Amino acid sequence: MSAVDAVPVLELKGLSKAFGGLRAVRGVSLKIMPGDRKAIIGPNGAGKTTLFNLITGILPATSGRVLLFGNDVTRWPSHRRTALGMARTFQVTSLFPRLTVLDNVLLAITGRRASKFVMWRFLSSYRDVYDKAHELLERAAFLDRKDTEVRYLSHGEQRQLEIVLGLASDPDILLLDEPAAGLSSGESAEMARFLQKLDRKMAILLIEHDMDIVFDVADDISVLHFGEVLESGTAERIRSSAKVQEIYLGTG
Amino acid sequence: MAPLRMKVLIVIAILAAAALIVPHTNPFVILLATRALAFSILVMSLDILLGFTGLASLGQAAYLGVGAYLTAILAARYQIGLGYDFWLVAALGMLGAAVLAALFGLLAIRASGVYFLMITLALGQCVWGLAYRWNSLTGGDNGINLQHRPKFGIDLADQVTFFYVVFGFFAASLLIMYTLVRSPFGRSLAGIRERELRMKILGYNTWLHKYIAFIIAGAFGGLAGVLWVHTAGIVSPENVVLTTSVDALLMAVLGGPGTLIGGVIGASVVLFIREYLSTLVHWWQYVLGGVYVLVILYLPGGLMSIPGRIRQWRAARSEAADTPNLAPARQ
Ligand SMILES: Nc1ncnc2c1ncn2[C@@H]1O[C@H](COP(=O)(O)OP(=O)(O)O)[C@@H](O)[C@H]1O
Ligand SMILES: [Mg+2]
Repeated sequence: MSAVDAVPVLELKGLSKAFGGLRAVRGVSLKIMPGDRKAIIGPNGAGKTTLFNLITGILPATSGRVLLFGNDVTRWPSHRRTALGMARTFQVTSLFPRLTVLDNVLLAITGRRASKFVMWRFLSSYRDVYDKAHELLERAAFLDRKDTEVRYLSHGEQRQLEIVLGLASDPDILLLDEPAAGLSSGESAEMARFLQKLDRKMAILLIEHDMDIVFDVADDISVLHFGEVLESGTAERIRSSAKVQEIYLGTG
Repeated sequence: MAPLRMKVLIVIAILAAAALIVPHTNPFVILLATRALAFSILVMSLDILLGFTGLASLGQAAYLGVGAYLTAILAARYQIGLGYDFWLVAALGMLGAAVLAALFGLLAIRASGVYFLMITLALGQCVWGLAYRWNSLTGGDNGINLQHRPKFGIDLADQVTFFYVVFGFFAASLLIMYTLVRSPFGRSLAGIRERELRMKILGYNTWLHKYIAFIIAGAFGGLAGVLWVHTAGIVSPENVVLTTSVDALLMAVLGGPGTLIGGVIGASVVLFIREYLSTLVHWWQYVLGGVYVLVILYLPGGLMSIPGRIRQWRAARSEAADTPNLAPARQ
């Protein structure tokens, strides 16, 4: 498919969100093509997480539109958007704490399958689902802990499982909200390597403060400031932008 | 052997033993056991909501009421359900309760936590109000008496036969609900209990899953009502009053929420204390209250969590016993 007639996996058109008087997201437009790797950076409170909440339907947009694979999903509930092939992770870990690692992954896999409504057959009888879970856990080196309840995992392990849950539905676009939040620098580097290894056909939209991860994973960066896109472009361009230096990277 | 399979086998063995032993006790115990089994279907249905989905309903007696009143009205007025058509009435009782749950669910499922509890409570009170006020249909405060139990090839008037029939219904309900909670749908309920937002993002229409669970729980509540009315021979507003819903909730908590089978333990303990101890001492209510308080404070997992706790305690003790041997080696 040529770049001209390809449908963007995700397109935002003038997306805005106001919390009362606080305009957290202001007219953000963005286009992500299949396989794109894009990062959103910006200081705390810039509206990055809110933008993800608008894209995934957790919060209703005040104005503007969200298009997923060419469908206007602005008014759709979250689960229908996911069904189209979108997945996300959370800045604040939101796993199923009292379920095992395996059960967490199984839930993530069945979320996009019709079998989630089956009541007359044990989940454990679904070979394909278990094989898939096995493969995912193996790839993330979690197999030895598959029967551990998630609340007993370390913070770093939980951050990684967040991503495994995102990958479980084989999404065409994955939204990552600060995957390295709270990780040590060693764990961050490992996270960057893990993200780089992901299937290149899957588009990624990444929010991250750790600039090493951003530069490693993303080809293209947008800077969000007070809810607005301040600057967009390649890593080089962002690095050398005076405006960005001023507000985010710290002058010098 | 996998620990889960082991647990299932133990439960089956205990239930089978109970089914064999109870008929050889006295009529009072047989009736008590029959009532406990019937009521525990209601408690298990509530456990689907409370233990597996994380929805504390305080209106489950409404569905018991639908099953019980439907059975009583059809039998007393139209002589329906006293022969082979008992099975039809059992199905109708489930259906009627499911329809009511489908209606109530539209109002209740949008809420969660204490709001869900309050809405289910209010809706349950509406049913109680109807039962109390609609004299011409429900017999008002007096309720409706049933002359005799169904007879179809077998005669349910016989205590032992009736016990086995109710036991059969109980076992079938347990099997169906157990399959449900282990199914992909049932696991989705656990996910909703743990973190609903994540479930939405994973592609689950969580409202729909909760709604379906609510209707299924209602249907089994209806079945419990159909059986209950035949154990008691009467249905009255007392069966649908708030206390009955609270009873079901406390029995689920007492037995162990999220275990299903805890429901029958909770129901048995409470009914035994209430019906047996009350004939012996007048302060039985304090015993019941004390049991509740102790379990809620010291056994959050209910009576079903006792074996696990004993195992933990033993493990901890043997570890402690090992420590003195290790201590010199470390020095
Ligand atoms: N649900 C909400 N209700 C009210 N204000 C919110 C809500 N979510 C976020 N905000 C506010 O919106 C702004 C942007 O927040 P957020 O999107 O979390 O920023 P970021 O992820 O870039 O750090 C902040 O000022 C925050 O306080
Ligand atoms: Mg954020």
